[in-house]
Amino acid sequence: MSAAVQTRPVAVARPGKRVLPPIKITGRSTPLTTIGQSVLSALESLASNKLRSFLTMLGIIIGVGAVIVVIAIGQGASAAVSDQLSRLGTNMLTIEPGSANVGGVATGTGGRPTLTDADVRAMQQASPHIVAISPLVGGRDQVIAQGHNWNTRIQGVFPDYQIIQNYTTSSGAFFTQADETNWASVALIGQTVANNVFPGADPIGQEIRIRNVVFQVAGVLSVKGNNGFQDQDDIVLIPFSTATRRLYGKATIGQVQVQVDQPQNINGVIAAITQTLEQTHHIRPGRPDDFQVRNLQQLLDTRQQASSTLTLLLAAVAGVSLLVGGIGIMNIMLVSVTERTREIGIRMAIGARARDVLLQFLVEAVTLAAVGGILGILIGIAGTLGIGHFAGWRTLIAPLSVLLAFGFAALIGIFFGYYPARKASRLDPIEALRYE
Amino acid sequence: MERTESRLPNREIGQSNGIVYRDGAVEERPRTFKGEPIIRVEALTKEYRMGSNVVRALRGVDLEVQAGEFAAVMGPSGSGKSTFMNLVGCLDRPNGGQYWLDGLLVSSLDRDELAAIRNRKIGFIFQGFNLLARASALGNVMLPMLYAGLNARDRRERGLQALEAVGLADRAQHKPSELSGGQQQRVAIARSLVNDPAIILADEPTGNLDSRTSVEVMAVLQGLNDQGITIILVTHEADIASYCGRNVTFKDGKVVRDTLLPQPRRAAEVLLTMPVIGEAEEVVA
Repeated sequence: MSAAVQTRPVAVARPGKRVLPPIKITGRSTPLTTIGQSVLSALESLASNKLRSFLTMLGIIIGVGAVIVVIAIGQGASAAVSDQLSRLGTNMLTIEPGSANVGGVATGTGGRPTLTDADVRAMQQASPHIVAISPLVGGRDQVIAQGHNWNTRIQGVFPDYQIIQNYTTSSGAFFTQADETNWASVALIGQTVANNVFPGADPIGQEIRIRNVVFQVAGVLSVKGNNGFQDQDDIVLIPFSTATRRLYGKATIGQVQVQVDQPQNINGVIAAITQTLEQTHHIRPGRPDDFQVRNLQQLLDTRQQASSTLTLLLAAVAGVSLLVGGIGIMNIMLVSVTERTREIGIRMAIGARARDVLLQFLVEAVTLAAVGGILGILIGIAGTLGIGHFAGWRTLIAPLSVLLAFGFAALIGIFFGYYPARKASRLDPIEALRYE
Repeated sequence: MERTESRLPNREIGQSNGIVYRDGAVEERPRTFKGEPIIRVEALTKEYRMGSNVVRALRGVDLEVQAGEFAAVMGPSGSGKSTFMNLVGCLDRPNGGQYWLDGLLVSSLDRDELAAIRNRKIGFIFQGFNLLARASALGNVMLPMLYAGLNARDRRERGLQALEAVGLADRAQHKPSELSGGQQQRVAIARSLVNDPAIILADEPTGNLDSRTSVEVMAVLQGLNDQGITIILVTHEADIASYCGRNVTFKDGKVVRDTLLPQPRRAAEVLLTMPVIGEAEEVVA
């Protein structure tokens, strides 16, 4: 074949001054130089189609935002439980009326008011390790004083309740055993109640009215704050005897709280109380108890577990929305690759290698995800603060959750951006150049 | 795979490897390596599968293009000239035959190596300009240097030099949509120049332009060729081909005619005889 090669002289132009000097290149383009350019071109392309970019990012924005808010609420609740735990200590028991069996039908916990004054007195004698004991009785009622009124929790308790719950007073004093014995009409009010019923005034010695019974305010409780479930300062404490005899007419004990001297005596006290109550309630051996003795530690553990399970569940739902956001990115990147087929052809013709094109589209997808992630973080933090402010829930933004959500968003960008980018990089330059 | 070392064997000097310049001078030792042409193809074949049919687009093409030539590739559609240009432009690989570009055997390179060759050895000019709409003129011109790995300062400097070479230094920041067709094509020419390629391939560069702008573009290309740049231009217009020093005609996948034009028309001179549309009154005033 080489015989057919034309080897004849042709008229050519003399070499003159070069148009451009010879190119001096130290090496082929590195991924870094192209990444820099790709980020710029990605931001340009995002800016050139703002609405579309925003809608594409929305999935990621909502996903990241939701993850941050949910985890912040979960962390807040769990921190509140921990606080409660550390404040109360672990050597506390609660006794609650249990399920009564009425003609073969179990009524469930608290189904029947089975705890009485007598039970409480019996329990007091049950073990020498009981430091303090208090029944709780109460409900929600309107508190009225001089043109102001407020709906709050009313609780009738023994003076011992101060020890059990670590109550202190910011002014005045807790009621005494004498008050309990004499059915005294004295009350301790929480700061929230004080603020609402006696705005700007000193409540000590003032009178409040609950259900036509007049009480004298003996003290204001120190602020305890929100425990993640309720405002602990929105409360009125009155002597148990006053509550049962004068206010509500009869005792319906919702709960008895017991403080044990040492944690190692808890199990002994539980056994003693159980035995005592089984005697007073005439429960035959082998029959189910109609009361429940619970360790507070267990109660809080259960609560903690429930709250973290819920957090995990909600975070998973939020994570699914991140995934959906990723699919949105993939969709729009596929559209973009098709729209820009010609551009890809041009880039290939002038020397872009497959991996240059791959990198460019991958960077665009990750930029979409990352910008969405940053917006999501801002919205998540704003949402968390908003919820904390308006709903009054305790929230805790964990930096790790923010980082995790953002990293996950970026990973989603890489994962869902890879396929479209690969598709772009595999285009045939001739076909791509011809694409209209 | 061996990359850059696949050079041609040294052929005997004297046969016909001397270079004849347009002014009649003859030089025994041409500029390129050991007297090799910029482009040399031997028995090049290319087939396409269109459904069950096999289209034999190229049926054995032999051709050499010397450094400094300005060759027009002509032929009707379906003659194989576009396929030939795609192969010469390293956008596609042949089914058979061999192709040396600037002394380098490129017919056996893989995709990424071909991309590197396109980047460094070839400058493309297209019928539809094929500029990136979002980038400025300078941005477009700088793009090949990005893939070559130049740093930002060198890219900018060379980009501006290239734009100056095509007379568009004052339009560097304009987007393609803000430029006329002729100006866009000159940006494309600047882009084809920036990496100091061995050859410029122009595929119907005047196809989208009116006749005066076409001649203007040919004047730019002739000016570059006068400075020693090798150009291959695909056209189906005999008028455009008459500005090139060599006309190669394809038909049915083969070269059927290969003629030299000792005195091609000078586009710059033709321009003087053409009326300036729209600007005539201004000139009078």
